[in-house]
Amino acid sequence: MGDGHRYIPASDADRDAMLREIGVAQVDDLFASIPAPLRLKGPLSLSPAMSEQELWAEMSRRARDDRQPDPGAQFLGGGAYRHYSPAVVDHLVSRTEFYSSYTPYQPEVSQGTLQAIFEYQTLICQLTELEISNASLYDGASALAEAVLMAERTTHGGRVVVSDRVHPEYLEVCRTYLANLDLPITTFGHRDDGSSDPEAARRALREGKASAVVVQQPNFFGCLEEIEAFAAAAREAKAQLIVAVAEPISLGLLKGPGRQGADVVVGEGHSFGVPLSYGGPYLGFIAARQSFLRNMPGRIVGETRDVDGRRGYVLTLSTREQHIRREKATSNICTNEGLCALMASIFLAVVGKNGLRDLAAHNHAKSAYARNRIAAAKGCSLPYTAPTFNEFTVRLPVPADKAVRTLLDRGMVPGIPLSRYFPGMDRDLLVCVTETNPRAEIDRLADELGRLD
Amino acid sequence: MSKGNGIYPEDLKYTKEHEWLAVNGGVGTVGITHYAQSELGDIVYVELPAAGSPVVAGEEFGTVESVKAVSEIFAPVSGEVLEVNTALATSPETINKDPYGDGWLLKLKLADSKELDALMTAAEYRKYIEEEAN
Amino acid sequence: MQPRSLRDPERLLFELSRPGRRGVALPPLDVPAPDRAALDPRYTRDEVEGFPELSETEVVRHYTRLSRLNYAIDLGLYPLGSCTMKYNPKIHEKVARLPGFAGAHPQLPAGAAQGCLRLMHDLERALCSICGMDRFTLQPAAGAHGELAGIMMVRAYHRERGNPRQVVLIPDSAHGTNPASAHIAGYRVEQLPSNERGCVDLGALRRRMSEDIALLMLTNPNTLGVFEGEIQEIASVIHARGGLLYMDGANLNAFVGRARPGDMGVDLHHLNLHKTFSTPHGGGGPGAGPVGVMRSLEPYLPVPTVEKEGEVYVLRHERPKSIGKVRSFFGNFGMFVRAYAYILALGPDGLRRMSETAVLNANYLRRKLESTYHLPYDAPSLHEVVFSDRHLEDTGVHTLDIAKRLMDYGFHPPTIYFPLIVKGAMMIEPTESESREELDAFILAMRRIAEEAREDPDLVRTAPHTTPVRRLDEVGAARNPVIRWTSPQKPR
Repeated sequence: MGDGHRYIPASDADRDAMLREIGVAQVDDLFASIPAPLRLKGPLSLSPAMSEQELWAEMSRRARDDRQPDPGAQFLGGGAYRHYSPAVVDHLVSRTEFYSSYTPYQPEVSQGTLQAIFEYQTLICQLTELEISNASLYDGASALAEAVLMAERTTHGGRVVVSDRVHPEYLEVCRTYLANLDLPITTFGHRDDGSSDPEAARRALREGKASAVVVQQPNFFGCLEEIEAFAAAAREAKAQLIVAVAEPISLGLLKGPGRQGADVVVGEGHSFGVPLSYGGPYLGFIAARQSFLRNMPGRIVGETRDVDGRRGYVLTLSTREQHIRREKATSNICTNEGLCALMASIFLAVVGKNGLRDLAAHNHAKSAYARNRIAAAKGCSLPYTAPTFNEFTVRLPVPADKAVRTLLDRGMVPGIPLSRYFPGMDRDLLVCVTETNPRAEIDRLADELGRLD
Repeated sequence: MSKGNGIYPEDLKYTKEHEWLAVNGGVGTVGITHYAQSELGDIVYVELPAAGSPVVAGEEFGTVESVKAVSEIFAPVSGEVLEVNTALATSPETINKDPYGDGWLLKLKLADSKELDALMTAAEYRKYIEEEAN
Repeated sequence: MQPRSLRDPERLLFELSRPGRRGVALPPLDVPAPDRAALDPRYTRDEVEGFPELSETEVVRHYTRLSRLNYAIDLGLYPLGSCTMKYNPKIHEKVARLPGFAGAHPQLPAGAAQGCLRLMHDLERALCSICGMDRFTLQPAAGAHGELAGIMMVRAYHRERGNPRQVVLIPDSAHGTNPASAHIAGYRVEQLPSNERGCVDLGALRRRMSEDIALLMLTNPNTLGVFEGEIQEIASVIHARGGLLYMDGANLNAFVGRARPGDMGVDLHHLNLHKTFSTPHGGGGPGAGPVGVMRSLEPYLPVPTVEKEGEVYVLRHERPKSIGKVRSFFGNFGMFVRAYAYILALGPDGLRRMSETAVLNANYLRRKLESTYHLPYDAPSLHEVVFSDRHLEDTGVHTLDIAKRLMDYGFHPPTIYFPLIVKGAMMIEPTESESREELDAFILAMRRIAEEAREDPDLVRTAPHTTPVRRLDEVGAARNPVIRWTSPQKPR
């Protein structure tokens, strides 16, 4: 028998005493139900246990390994956005009552989590200008897949029509989810200004029935979409309009897509105070019109009263969910991104109505400044003229992946080479500027890009 | 009320899935039995087809939900939906309170009166649920 | 205005909000402000209607007060069966916040993210060792997401062999995510009955097995906490007809270091980092649901995979038979950091001791409570034990009441009314995190409640009595759903 471990209270003496109470001689006897041939003979091939001090040193070394440039010199977006998160966000989600509890199955001892989710649902409705929301989904891409499945459940169009300006990873996740469901995806094209083309959407819709039209706002290339035009096209074809939002800080400046005619809005909520953390955990949000209430995926919190008439909150409309409806459930999701939804709520609460408007304005202003500076840089041009928020596409005089390698050596990541997703777009670079990029770094970026050819 | 001793009116026909059917001329009224509503508990939501829809004997045509359970409703006989009890949308609890009266679900135009022969009488149904309970 | 009391409900953010209050100050804008006309007003709005306006102080108080309304693992035993509510080491929170991890952008060039890639690579290797599998994908965001990715891989595997097949077999004791995931992967679900021991009925499986069956999803140990002792025979029956065996690894905490799915005939399985590997449950996530596969399924793994080429770690997207992606980027990386730290902290001996103690604790509870509560299946328990309320039937006290009364004794209730094959189930999983004293306190509470059920059943039936709110009207909540706040001045 090994030594005790700091995470496991039972000492060897405790174990012996408990084994006696159970009435077995040794720990091995507790595993007698595992057939002998399946029992592992030797120890697992892993490194020996570390003390906390060793662990801290080891993990610090691993994290330090990165040749990551200074955050202010990174101009990366493409579905993940660097924003400053006020200290209160991390402080409050670090409260053990939040992070070491689970899904609020027992409402009497989970009112903190439940009320926070109710507030989160409200914040998402306000941002998107829609009527209902849920307790979160995994991320923006899988949230889009869930929204498409929801539209199909209610509309039975048997097909989805998706803009080719939607984040390619969102599209790929949709393809994976729909691959086995006889639900084909038709993509439609864009206009010269970089925005999706409503007429192309109409043409795609005329090819046959469809349950949904999908556009992203702002789109993957940074351009703003005319949501009303797609809403009209979708209405004419009796399809639902789904709008995906990968950068929700934009909602501090842009109209809620619900007000513009979207039936469902999904998105990636990590911009609201959730660390970049190399791609996750993030936060999928979904909001929809009231008519989708019983077709929504995932958990939903509702307001009610206790036996003494006090206001309280419970998980509700559970009959939609897998633990009750099993294969007929609206989704297979169980564990969601609860703590990330809490982070987003705290972020939005502290940033507030005025802060979010100003933060969005700063992102837009700094990005506009960068766009102008880079457009004037030697050899660089802007392939698209549609308005943008905090992200835009630049055409370089050299292949973009080469430019990224060159500038990495100078301590800068200028953006995402679009050839990573679109073979052929060799010279196009997706540049993102947020409040975390100081003017000096923006100027340096424009200067460096101007020196490429 | 214990399982076998619920109220099962003699003039109704019953299914193994716990629906009842009242026949009046060529029109059948469908609901769920006292047993079904008591097993489900407080009913919070009912989903029913629109008037004009066809239903087929033995096939699902809607659902009744409590907080923690969903029960599918199967058509006792085939026919066309003539009328749906729209009052249930705002007060589904009527099914718990009055399963054979105001808690009716829908009225059907019967397609084939021979299908009635496959349904149980009140006595047969009482016996059936007693057996099922054991 | 009424004076405040400790039991006052916390008002909503929106009710606390007052116009003009601010919680943040932004630095001055260091670039020229663009012309307002730079963005056409048809795109823009002036403000988000109804959004809260609060100072930092008020936000901190609001959420601190809310937090005090929650039970949590750091307050005591949290015995939710099949959820593995174990202690979350505090060092995990510190290492996950290291700037090289928490600040790493997923679109960084791989050369600038070597530390992150190395961590993913090493976690995959460690999980392969622990589970005896050839490869893992770390991409799925939770257990159910892992199931979905896994079943899609199975479908791709069968499709390549000429027939995706039609049916996924799932035991009646399974978690609801299993059939829901199989359905999204395009399969018809058939339920497999359990035998009198609560395990898969091998005879029924033999009779049903045919070439239309793609997969059997088996939770092992199952939701009764019982090891599926015939798992090798089950695998043989399935494999003989070309089917595959999936293991739902939600209950892996039962046998780490004692046995490995890869040695049992399992073709693929998911595990939950938030269960066995102690990443925090976060009030309902984030989780992480890596899926381990044998070599035969490797071609279908989601992309990208992390590979080591010489001394360099790369993301490889080229995998022509891949199912694609189930989410953006690479998975819940922050959970990978914590899970890897856990594996390093425990080592091979600690991981084994972890499972041994989890099983010891469950069996201790079982022994001490089996004379008080009905044990519907008496097969040996591993990490959890399922009781029912049958012994209290004559008192009118049910499982729900026992669960609620436990709160008055300072405990979170166990999982109740699951698995579905047990009427009035109480599924108790203590994990290795509990001391004998904590278990004894729980045992005492459970015994006391059984006495109360006989002496004063109303006390139990109206419990809880000491929580921030008492029993809530779930029927009313479902009949008239109110799922967001609306301004009383402006009803929608």
